[in-house]
Amino acid sequence: MNAHNPSGWKPSMGEKGEAGAATASGDRGLMLEEPLIFELGAPGKCGVDFDEAPGDDVLPALGKHLRKQAVPLPGLTEPETVRHYTRLSRQNYAIDLGPFPLGSCTMKHNPRLNEKVARLPGFADIHPLQPQQTVRGALEAINQLAWWLIDLTGMDGVAMTPKAGAHGELCGLLCIRAAHEAKGETREVILVPDSAHGTNPATAAFAGYRVEAIPPTPDGRVDLEALKARLGPNVAGVMITNPNTCGLFEREMKAISEAVHAAGGYVYCDGANFNAIVGKVRPGDLGIDAMHINLHKTFSTPHGGGGPGSGPVVVSKALAPFGPLPFTARTEDGVVHLVEEEDAAAFGHTQSFGRMTAFHGQMGMFTRALTYILSHGADGLRQVAEDAVLNANYVLRSLEDVLVAPFADSGPCMHEALFSDSGLPEGFSTLDIAKGLIDEGFHPMTVYFPLVVKGAMLVEPTETESKAGLDRFIASLRSLAERAQGGDDSLKSAPHFAPRRRLDETQAARKPVLVWKQPAETE
Amino acid sequence: MRYLPLTQADRAEMLAVIGASSVDDLFVDVPAEARLGGTIAGLPLHASEMAVERHMGALAAKNLAAGAAPFFLGAGAYRHHIPASVDHLIQRGEFLTAYTPYQPEIAQGTLQVLFEFQTQVARLLGTDIANASMYDGSTACWEAILMAARVARRDKAVLSGGLHPHYVSTVRTMAKFAGQAIDWRVPRLDAAPDDAEVIAAIDGETACVVVQYPDILGRIPDLAAIAEAAHAKGALLVAVVTEPVALGLLEAPGDLGADIVVGEGQSLGVGLQFGGPYLGLFGCNEKFVRQMPGRLCGETVDAEGRRGFVLTLSTREQHIRREKATSNICTNSGLCALAFSIHMTLLGGEGLEKLARINHARARRLADRLAQVPGVAVLNDAWFNEFTVILPSDARDAVRALADRQVLGGVSLGRLYPDAPDLHRGLLVTATETNTDDDIEALATALEAIL
Repeated sequence: MNAHNPSGWKPSMGEKGEAGAATASGDRGLMLEEPLIFELGAPGKCGVDFDEAPGDDVLPALGKHLRKQAVPLPGLTEPETVRHYTRLSRQNYAIDLGPFPLGSCTMKHNPRLNEKVARLPGFADIHPLQPQQTVRGALEAINQLAWWLIDLTGMDGVAMTPKAGAHGELCGLLCIRAAHEAKGETREVILVPDSAHGTNPATAAFAGYRVEAIPPTPDGRVDLEALKARLGPNVAGVMITNPNTCGLFEREMKAISEAVHAAGGYVYCDGANFNAIVGKVRPGDLGIDAMHINLHKTFSTPHGGGGPGSGPVVVSKALAPFGPLPFTARTEDGVVHLVEEEDAAAFGHTQSFGRMTAFHGQMGMFTRALTYILSHGADGLRQVAEDAVLNANYVLRSLEDVLVAPFADSGPCMHEALFSDSGLPEGFSTLDIAKGLIDEGFHPMTVYFPLVVKGAMLVEPTETESKAGLDRFIASLRSLAERAQGGDDSLKSAPHFAPRRRLDETQAARKPVLVWKQPAETE
Repeated sequence: MRYLPLTQADRAEMLAVIGASSVDDLFVDVPAEARLGGTIAGLPLHASEMAVERHMGALAAKNLAAGAAPFFLGAGAYRHHIPASVDHLIQRGEFLTAYTPYQPEIAQGTLQVLFEFQTQVARLLGTDIANASMYDGSTACWEAILMAARVARRDKAVLSGGLHPHYVSTVRTMAKFAGQAIDWRVPRLDAAPDDAEVIAAIDGETACVVVQYPDILGRIPDLAAIAEAAHAKGALLVAVVTEPVALGLLEAPGDLGADIVVGEGQSLGVGLQFGGPYLGLFGCNEKFVRQMPGRLCGETVDAEGRRGFVLTLSTREQHIRREKATSNICTNSGLCALAFSIHMTLLGGEGLEKLARINHARARRLADRLAQVPGVAVLNDAWFNEFTVILPSDARDAVRALADRQVLGGVSLGRLYPDAPDLHRGLLVTATETNTDDDIEALATALEAIL
């Protein structure tokens, strides 16, 4: 019994108990079922009124292109629309409801001030191609954020346009390719540790490189000697995640950078885990040449159910000349300019690898991230890293007696604690613990990643969890581990109390149904 | 710090559990010489909500918002009225602060929205299927070219001169590194789009031809004719739509024979936001599904037989396939897809058609009025809500002079094509349902004054 459940009430898991009782509606109290809009809506229904009646009059030249009938989509009125999406929202877990400890995803609180600021008409209602004289404040905001990212990382330049982390990785690798090509070199290989995010090898392949793996040491870090042995004239660079996906700081980072540089390569750092070190260490001091920063992780722009993200890339002096267009630059008169194709030469940026997206990047994320940085300041950001690391170590040390922590002896973890299911009895796996957490009212941790650990469970609490919240999470995870040790088979069919039980992913993939069709069409 | 819940007492208690004497002990693996002794130089210290809002508000106030001036810009980003309920609903914490739906039992809200979104997009574009969104129209366009190359097993793409120049630049950047041949061109100031030239460029090596509809100058290419010519040579047609509202009035590209249709979904629900975040739309023929990039949501059942939704066919994706994935994309544009889907739900097919007809009517009125301005000529004979006018001199100067008079008059072709002097007298203008007669008069009068 604890403060959150003072009566000690426990829901039944029996099939015939309260949870199994049928209702006529299919709803169960606040557990609400919701049809698809195609089942709810009707043609001709509309939730928008217009100022004028549209005429039938169109340009004669449009004739051959005209649609014969309206797009076959049902509409809903406003009350029906609001209810549909509000009911659907109730089927989602979210940070606003509780901890969301997905390792490497940095699900921290999203301050609402950031939302308010991003919606100011001066930011939200300006067109990307307005004349620069009418958007000076927006350009100043981008430039301010750009410089603070440079200050926080100790690097020499930043490309603001990448749309997300993986797009940022691509930007970094394109800088590396352009830098080698400028020296007349063709290098074909990018080295990536086995523990890397899947985006790293995918990006390297996307940028035209061949990927080769580098093995870890037994303590969960990059094997420096193995890396050195693999370096040579065909290696363009390495992609290292630091802190790495096992939650550990790469102690030898500087030596890795020096070795790669000595072999003529460049060092790309996956900055997904920057939250652990922001304000404590500057990647530029570790010899890194390029690193993306997920504004939706460290700087708390909302994940929105899978995006949008934003992935600015900070770069070293060696790579800065090759960065993409457009970018912002402040001239001596204090004015911030947007440098596009038209005036890249005037600003001395003649070696750019080009443009990687329309317009100038994720402005809506920049204003939120800038607001976040202003709110925290240099002192607050440092505290962010310290509390994030403290919370993760607290989780690690509170649970290592009931769950195997494979790198518990490799030193303190950084902002995420890694466990394995190798200590669970036969028949119980990480999946069961994860689904059991759902019944406990928590979002599961990242599971089965990194791939280098069997049945990995990667817990990243972030700094915005209170100690009381962590204690509840730890108690639940401990209880689940103990239930597995005790052979409690009900775990294998968890979750029991979510809007859905386990879903059949095999069927979904074998015969994909990706769009709704009229029942008659499917027969 | 208002965002950090740990108290000093909490920290001390937690350090005791960990067995560390101070937080610095937890950073022991960071080489001592790289550890920062104090706060980072260059940044201010933490600030109150009020102070931050004051700072950001001052920056916002330095910009001329589109709603505060007669506004006629388009060129790949369009200003439409967004119903109030859209922004309210996307700010529900359950949508705003959720992650990618990797745990489907507690993410059915997001998943069902994606399934509905995919269906809406497929029907709008006239394709069998659509994915759960890409970053934006330009990156979706490049991904479509790569996908066409996988399907056709050829490495050349022919781009119409009517394709947005930023999209062309994005494609050319990526193609340099991916080893694709790109046959591209700049548009000419003709009333007709360059259909014939594009058709002539298709050969036996061509994987796809990429055509924007309506095109960058607002003209409307004959997609059916281009599709036929492409298919005759074993190539695919990739159609690009930067203004989805146009499809309320114009036939869907998929229905005209396009094999892959990509687009920029920003027009519906998302807003201008100075260029991002936007919403990449991606639809195609069902038989190509395993070559598609990006997330897909599919229908299935749960252990009790109830309908439910999951992310599916992830064996195409980077987190499973790593270097063999169809794309490196990981994030989609989920919240923008939600906004698009809500706006589309409010409109329905018939509402979208009304909206499109009003846009067209406003643009026709704008063209009629501008044609009366001495020295201004309308280039197009067909357009939806955007068209090109030819001015007596470089339109970049006119745009700046208009802005001095607090009129946001359009997008100059000189800004989009600095290296093509033949285009520099061109000005792209757009009218949507948001433009009043007074706005139109203000632009015409200002042009009369400055030309």
